[in-house]
Amino acid sequence: MTTQAAISGHEAEHSGPNYIAVFIYLAVLTAIELGVYAMGLPKAAKVSLLVALAWAKAVLVAMYFMHLAMERKGLAIIAITPVILVTFLCFMLLPDLTTRMWTRFDHKIKVTNPAEMGANPVAPPPMQAP
Amino acid sequence: MSEAAAVETHGHGAVQADQLEPSLTPGNLGKLGMWTFLAGDAMTFGAGIAAYGALRINNPNWPTPADYLGIATTAVMTFILICSSVTMVESLDGIQHGNQSKFRTFMALTVLGGILFLGMQAHEWHDLLTEKGMSVKRDLFDATFFILTGFHGCHVFGGVVFNSVLLIRGMMGKLTQAKAGLVEVAGLYWHFVDLVWILIFTFIYLI
Repeated sequence: MTTQAAISGHEAEHSGPNYIAVFIYLAVLTAIELGVYAMGLPKAAKVSLLVALAWAKAVLVAMYFMHLAMERKGLAIIAITPVILVTFLCFMLLPDLTTRMWTRFDHKIKVTNPAEMGANPVAPPPMQAP
Repeated sequence: MSEAAAVETHGHGAVQADQLEPSLTPGNLGKLGMWTFLAGDAMTFGAGIAAYGALRINNPNWPTPADYLGIATTAVMTFILICSSVTMVESLDGIQHGNQSKFRTFMALTVLGGILFLGMQAHEWHDLLTEKGMSVKRDLFDATFFILTGFHGCHVFGGVVFNSVLLIRGMMGKLTQAKAGLVEVAGLYWHFVDLVWILIFTFIYLI
């Protein structure tokens, strides 16, 4: 490593990110979130935008306030692991979600016609005689 | 030889020392431990938010959160947490550079931000429980709301206690520049609490 590179690395270690700029980005993104919330967009567009903005803010916090951008890759691997696992968890929930029928808000499901419940019923099917 | 300048040469290959992962030392064990804890904690919050989504999706009777929850108040709470994250990094900067006055001032502001957040959350819960008639036993909307925001609130409380202890130790002159790693670890926890609230604010309140 050259001396210049070592010095720049030394300087980079002590200068750090511009926290005020990160704060301004976060504040602006929060304001945009509230704007998207109030604009009355179609639900799909609204949800997509809000989720994207939330993740952008979360990444800013992790990268700069939690210093992941300046840390060794090992810590980034630890940090990204729960994100990957929760993503898998969401995908694993999909088969259940796509077949579930909600009949009442309070979760006390009243099934009037079990034949309409499909292949993955909420309530167990009646016992079959052997 | 410093780590940045070190170059190991074995045979014909040359390996830059700064390309290697550092070994575990007492100096970075705390940070590694906190990151490992936060990864587990993130799984807990992630599972909670995924469960919230699983209960809500395809449920035509799920109420619009804004009909019950105060978006404006919560936006202010979000802003307070973001501000407290900035004061936390400034506090860390203070202790790392031996500036005790800066450390104490910004750590006190961080603690104040946490207390303000908790006070506003307590006020919000009081309104929801008494005026809006919400209850953790009433339905799934209420239960998921109180569990997720309550679990996060417990984390904020823990962070306020952690930061207060560091502030008191700093005021007693027991937290020196050499122990800046403690403040860094506390900062990681506090920023994580901020990060989780950003997601909760979006998924529970706005969507």
